Amino acid sequence: MSSSKKIRVLVAKPGLDGHDRGAKIVARALRDAGMEVIYTGLRQTPEMVVRAALDEGVHCIGLSILSGAHNALFPRIMELLKAEGADDILVVGGGIIPEDDIPDLKEAGISEIFGPGTTLQEIIEYIRSNVKL
Amino acid sequence: MLSVTELVKGVLSGNRRHLARLISLIENEDSQAQEALVKLYKHTGKAHVIGVTGPPGSGKSSLVTKLTAEFRKRSKTIGVLCVDPSSPFTGGALLGDRIRMQEHSLDDNVYVRSMGTRGHLGGLSRAASDAIRVIDAFGKDIIFVETVGTGQSEVEIIEVAHTVIVTDVPGSGDDIQAIKAGIMEIADIFVVNKSDYPGADKKVTEINTMLDLDPRERVWRPPVLLTNSRTGEGIAELADKLMEHFNYLKESGLLEQKGLQRSREELQSIMKYKLTQELSHKLQGKPEYEKAIRMIAERKKDPYTVAEQLIAEFLLSEIR
Repeated sequence: MSSSKKIRVLVAKPGLDGHDRGAKIVARALRDAGMEVIYTGLRQTPEMVVRAALDEGVHCIGLSILSGAHNALFPRIMELLKAEGADDILVVGGGIIPEDDIPDLKEAGISEIFGPGTTLQEIIEYIRSNVKL
Repeated sequence: MLSVTELVKGVLSGNRRHLARLISLIENEDSQAQEALVKLYKHTGKAHVIGVTGPPGSGKSSLVTKLTAEFRKRSKTIGVLCVDPSSPFTGGALLGDRIRMQEHSLDDNVYVRSMGTRGHLGGLSRAASDAIRVIDAFGKDIIFVETVGTGQSEVEIIEVAHTVIVTDVPGSGDDIQAIKAGIMEIADIFVVNKSDYPGADKKVTEINTMLDLDPRERVWRPPVLLTNSRTGEGIAELADKLMEHFNYLKESGLLEQKGLQRSREELQSIMKYKLTQELSHKLQGKPEYEKAIRMIAERKKDPYTVAEQLIAEFLLSEIR
């Protein structure tokens, strides 16, 4: 990897959910790990998330959700990415997501789900070793 | 992996993904980027490039968002490049300007791109001017370039923008701040944002007083406008002024002059860069080079003479 190639990550809050402390902490940690982090802000539609990811040329999308709508929103985002031919972008999720829902989300193309208790280092390592630059 | 020809074709035919891809290549200093820029160069030079600079938190992103909405009403297509600082310690960056621009995120006629400075000083990133060029070739009518939050001397924006907006807010320092050199000298238009805050009129007066004392004889005296990015107050007037300034540049011949000056500086800087690269490439690992360095350190030779000798030997000899 050449030193001028930087990992670019979009941290996004899809759906109607006003809590972004977690997303901001992750964004900050990724920044401190040397990545370029673009934060979308709250209440994004799947279309907005995908558009931002494509325009910004990111290698990874981190979705944060606490509202319970992940089963609808995450797969929709993956569909839109596929339709744009951008499913090479690594997509990970985090927030309050029941164990039972995880297999289906992975089936839909989300690479990994990070629940409460995940260390920031785990997230950083995962992105570093799985992202396609 | 896309070929350069495909990338160039994509950018010229309005493919956003190709545009995004090419800007990434430019940022990563990929060799393909220059090939693409060579091919795109003749398609550039059409957009009105508007720089927006000012201290952190003075409302630059919100202002750009409102101006974008205003110019979309006037059927203009818009590109936005926002630069935020990269950490000098880790190289990481939090690019947060996009948050305020999400209202345009689904408009096909608006393209927003965030960039980290990646160690570059001066208010922009190294890749900024080439990225602007590519967005220009992509066909956007107006390109906003938002600098990092600036202190006093980050004035690089004048090298890429036709029109520079300097933003300030009420209550930001006294009238001495207004007469300091640097950023206050580069504005084509001053914007006092957050006009609902106390002290807004006072700020306008301070800037105008500063302009009264400006010894430069200028046909275009920078207007000082009050805006409020929350209510949209003053935005339409600002958009009018921006158009007026661009027309002034065209009619007065200044646009042509600026273009020449810009091309001259750019050519010089590219030549300098290439020569330096060439020279260090040739000297790398040469025993006489290492020996000369040691002799300079031991005070047996001086760096001035050695520099001339090495340049003559390794660079000029071959060119002749």
